[in-house]
Amino acid sequence: MTQPSQAMRDAFLLRLLEAMRQDEKLFFVTADFGSPVLDRIRAEHPERFINVGIAEQNLINVSAGLALEGYTVFAYAIAPFITMRCYEQIRVSLALLSAVRPLNVNLIGVGAGYSYVVSGPTHQCYEDLTIMRALPNLGLLSPADHVTAAAMFDTCLARRQPKYLRLDAQVLPVVHQAGAPDPSLGFAQLRRPGKICLIATGYPVHTALRVAEQFAASGRDLAVIDLFDIAGFDRPALLQTLADYAAIVTLEEGFKGRGGVDALFFDLLADAPPRPMLNLGVAPGYRFELGSRVQLHEQVGIGPNAVRAALTAFIDRHHL
Amino acid sequence: MNSPEHALSAKARWVWRETLRIHRRAPETRLASSLSSIEIFVALYYGGILRHDAAEPLAELRDRLIISKGHGSICMYPILADLGFFPVEELDKVCQAGGFLGGIPDPVIPGYETVNGSLGHGLGVAAGMALGLKRKASDRAVFVLAGDGELHEGANWEAAMFAAHHGLDNLNLIVDDNRISMLDYTNKIVGHGDLAGRFAAFGWQAEEVDGHDVVQVRERLAAMKESHSGKPKVLVAKTRKGHGVPKLEGEPLCHIINPKPELLDQLLGEAP
Repeated sequence: MTQPSQAMRDAFLLRLLEAMRQDEKLFFVTADFGSPVLDRIRAEHPERFINVGIAEQNLINVSAGLALEGYTVFAYAIAPFITMRCYEQIRVSLALLSAVRPLNVNLIGVGAGYSYVVSGPTHQCYEDLTIMRALPNLGLLSPADHVTAAAMFDTCLARRQPKYLRLDAQVLPVVHQAGAPDPSLGFAQLRRPGKICLIATGYPVHTALRVAEQFAASGRDLAVIDLFDIAGFDRPALLQTLADYAAIVTLEEGFKGRGGVDALFFDLLADAPPRPMLNLGVAPGYRFELGSRVQLHEQVGIGPNAVRAALTAFIDRHHL
Repeated sequence: MNSPEHALSAKARWVWRETLRIHRRAPETRLASSLSSIEIFVALYYGGILRHDAAEPLAELRDRLIISKGHGSICMYPILADLGFFPVEELDKVCQAGGFLGGIPDPVIPGYETVNGSLGHGLGVAAGMALGLKRKASDRAVFVLAGDGELHEGANWEAAMFAAHHGLDNLNLIVDDNRISMLDYTNKIVGHGDLAGRFAAFGWQAEEVDGHDVVQVRERLAAMKESHSGKPKVLVAKTRKGHGVPKLEGEPLCHIINPKPELLDQLLGEAP
């Protein structure tokens, strides 16, 4: 019996709604972006639900001010806008200020990668991990399913630091059927055997699983890791896990070669024994083609077919 | 001669001299913009406006002061030292290794609340604090000092709309309207027109004051703090950048001009 899927934001916001009933120090601020669960928060807690309007810069600064007064703040907007429109506010009033004063502001960005399939490049988000991981003191959480997203609410409360939580806008299948993964590890191994390990975060975890299943059907095992805590994962544990594999493949729904997940692994593996690595991501560029998310992914090199082809060539090239 | 008015004026004069001395030792500091706001700070701290606690700078019972025009507040260093926020000896280490009083103040300095080297952030953060205080049913006030130049940053006006909409009458903005940005007079860059009128149009209670008349400034600040009419409040202080220093005052490029040490010595020697 598999768990029914739910939107990540609904799963997360239901946890928040519940917690706001008990804890008067929780505050919700949105930049005019909603959800059905949000309507319930607004109705039940009008004093601690603020819509700043379409004003992300103010969203961040007001959230910082509330946090300085002791509130745990959840700031909510579409992913590209809550990261890029107000980047300097995040840098100055959250990342930098939190070096001196504790601030628990949780930026909830909805619409990771190509989630907003037909809305085009303004609403799609291929740069957020790159720019957000550049900031010290900022947590970075990227769930692949709603089970993980809901559990991240506890992480948001427990870690008293600014964070960016990137949620997919689409309802995705559950990958953690046995329950939410261990937050202290920051990653979870979804498939273990094989010479090659695929690492992904968010939606691409599903692509990696699909491709691994296809390879398994033809007799080759591929390991798959869901890296859901981009900034706070257990580095020694991940390095130790990766030591079992002859080759590493990263897959991201963000620009390739621009400082995202691929760069994270260049850094992580810099002192590890050299081994073949393949980094798959979105070919940098802005495109206006319409189609399904998988179709768009195939065009930029991260759809299941594109990944399978790249992997096959990688395996041949390195005689894996 | 010992009237409170005289004491405030004398204190302002003392801060002016100390600020010149700091700049004499640390020319990396911004002098001109630190001279336009002296009377405002003196009125806040010595005029009984701002509740503060040097022993516990972030005490819950303090009134909050966000110094949004971070660069132009070197004059705060002698004030905070004088009030006991940190040892006076720190004033000899401005911009030096081992000190914490930088060319631009950061919140590692006791008495500073937020990061303000980057302009245009203070009002929004202050609005969030003011909202938080209201929700906590606290009667503490939030003050913000912003420069007229940084009001070119659009985020200020997002915050201005927000504060008015939420009736944040515990929020008190002081604009150090010295009318000069880095490269020119603000009215030659992008003019603010009638600044008080603009805030009034945004739903604020707005008035003006001569920003170098410390007694007037104190009176207006006291009245502003006590006023709770459901509107955020702004006091536009008409000031002069580089106040009291020839070659700075009235010079549109004064933000980036460092007066020669001899001139500073001469001014300090001449001063009554």
